[in-house]
Amino acid sequence: MADPATPPADGAAGSGQFARASDGSVLQRFFRATEIDTRMLGMLGALLLIWIVFHLFSDGRFLTPRNLWNLSVQTASVAVMSTGMVLIIVTRHIDLSVGSILGFVAMVMGVTQANLLPELIGAGNGATWAIALAVGIVLGGLIGAMHGYVIAFLGVPAFIVTLGGLLVWRGAAWWVTSGQTVAPMDTTFRLMGGGPYGAIGATWSWVVGAVACVAIVAMIVSQRRDRMRFSFPLRPVWAELTLAAAGCALVLGAVAVANRYPWPKGIVRRHVAANGIVVPEGETLFIAHGIAVPVLMAIAVGIVMTFVATRTRFGRYVFAMGGNPEAAELAGINTRWVTMKIFIVMGMLCAIAGAISTARLNASTNAQGTLDELLVIAAAVIGGTSLGGGIGTIMGAMIGALVMQSLQSGMVLMGIDAPFQNIVVGAVLVMAVWLDGLYRRRQS
Amino acid sequence: MSENATDGPSDKVIEMEDVSISFGGIHAVDHASLDLHRGEVVALLGHNGAGKSTFIKILSGAYRRDEGTIKVRGKVADIQNPRDAKALGIETIYQTLALADNVDCAANLYLGRELRTRWGTLDDVAMEARAREVMGRLNPRFQRFKEPVSRLSGGQRQSVAIARAILFDARILIMDEPTAALGPQETAQVGELIKQLKADGISIFLISHDIEDVFDLADRVAVMKNGQMVGHAPVSAVSRDEVLGMIILGKCPAGATAGPGAVSDEALAAI
Repeated sequence: MADPATPPADGAAGSGQFARASDGSVLQRFFRATEIDTRMLGMLGALLLIWIVFHLFSDGRFLTPRNLWNLSVQTASVAVMSTGMVLIIVTRHIDLSVGSILGFVAMVMGVTQANLLPELIGAGNGATWAIALAVGIVLGGLIGAMHGYVIAFLGVPAFIVTLGGLLVWRGAAWWVTSGQTVAPMDTTFRLMGGGPYGAIGATWSWVVGAVACVAIVAMIVSQRRDRMRFSFPLRPVWAELTLAAAGCALVLGAVAVANRYPWPKGIVRRHVAANGIVVPEGETLFIAHGIAVPVLMAIAVGIVMTFVATRTRFGRYVFAMGGNPEAAELAGINTRWVTMKIFIVMGMLCAIAGAISTARLNASTNAQGTLDELLVIAAAVIGGTSLGGGIGTIMGAMIGALVMQSLQSGMVLMGIDAPFQNIVVGAVLVMAVWLDGLYRRRQS
Repeated sequence: MSENATDGPSDKVIEMEDVSISFGGIHAVDHASLDLHRGEVVALLGHNGAGKSTFIKILSGAYRRDEGTIKVRGKVADIQNPRDAKALGIETIYQTLALADNVDCAANLYLGRELRTRWGTLDDVAMEARAREVMGRLNPRFQRFKEPVSRLSGGQRQSVAIARAILFDARILIMDEPTAALGPQETAQVGELIKQLKADGISIFLISHDIEDVFDLADRVAVMKNGQMVGHAPVSAVSRDEVLGMIILGKCPAGATAGPGAVSDEALAAI
């Protein structure tokens, strides 16, 4: 969807309102009228292509509800972190430490809920998950604040600070339990990791889908009303309708897929037995997973971060600083404090991602999040975040994360060896950035 | 207007006294003093590297002075950063324009002072509406409100920078080489704008390395050389050649008030 406040979204608007009405092909006019970001559309096209190719080469195992559902859950953790990485890269910084922060914070969250809280408030206490998560988010924020302070106020380059952080926090993660794995996790906490219980089921999934559709329509209407208030040029009505329809179709389609993936038979049997449900002989009950909790968390993070990036002062400053740091300073923006805030946000997102991955593993391990920094940076960059600063979207980065995860899980389905998977992922990253560069040069 | 403006000290909106700044041992500005009256246009001239941009950036808050005092409307002002200067009604159009290239016109106009809705979010629509209004006055043909300013022409970018400075009812305006990137027609437009702003009672520092750009617009010229103030004079009291002599040789003519940077006649004779 078009994203009015960030520059790449305006790509299709090209020569502005001068050329609006008459010239250009049908396709060009369509993109201009709907203000759809062609770059984002291209990325979605690439994603679809990857999916279809994997589907064909894996004997039809890729585009199944089961695989797509798993894909969504596997993407969640990296997607959450990639939203913060966008802000960091947009301001011309980098964060190499996110995987290590995730590892350390996850370890602390694990110890908090498995060792500390049972003694303090009793095992199985209903607040365990919330306290553990809160501890993680506060800790992540503090680590980010520390990085941000050194970068913004002491003037050490982010590359160095976070390279140090990569080592420091990985070491710290080991130090928490001297390398021992912590398990099992609190049952409520584990819902954040997905699985049959960590999904909201068919009915609630449709409710979420319906709410999303209403929100999409409401957003389009309110934007139109705003523009009418000041009598700015409006999109044609058909373009608005197309956008609304496409958005709703996408949402409802995703819900339908999630609802097509049933619980495994064993769990259904146990569920049936536990609840005394009568099932006709010879049949099995179809209980749908629905949308997974970690996916909902990632989407919520994506929405909040998009809001922050495009609708708040902080977000505006982030982009302005990326476009011209000196101008931002001269405009009276407290650039150091903004930089520090960006890293605080990144640390907190690492904690959320750590909670998702810990819940999914049902354990905190010493090596958790290793090399995640590279996936996260790759996701942001594939998603159109320019390393030169000033350009990037949250949604792009999340789609980028999905592309990365699709590649990996597709190759797993095809039975490709792990070392070769890395070769492909590395090559794709370089190629994606090259293509993006070509596209941008053509645009300008 | 300049005759009125020189009446008394109460009319001085800016008084910079003995201001110095050095970078790594180099005295970029060396005990320079200059004042500005209400509704006055003062042209600050000098070669590239004479220290005029640095001097004026101290006033706009981009640099912090090592020594000296700045008074704004008679009161000592402690300008630590650009925010402080803006709070005092001092707006600056920088030579580099200082635009965030990747965001649009309205975002640049309001950078650092965004309008917000009652929920605290950015009110982009209101900002765009005001941007259209102000840009409509400066550059009526400008329509590219939705594009990042990097796609605009030099003149359009210049009008965005100027619009930003006058958007917030500036009382004191600093223009650092405002016509450097412009063609003759646009330069003439900026000249018209300066006259109009002056008529509105806005006081202006106009910085240039080219005397031709500013001589007709200014009430007074001040000349810097090697970080020092050579002197200043009402334009009516000096000729262009005399001002050139100030710029090139540091020779202060009879009609001008000499500063510490003025070279004495004996020294000139020795050359």
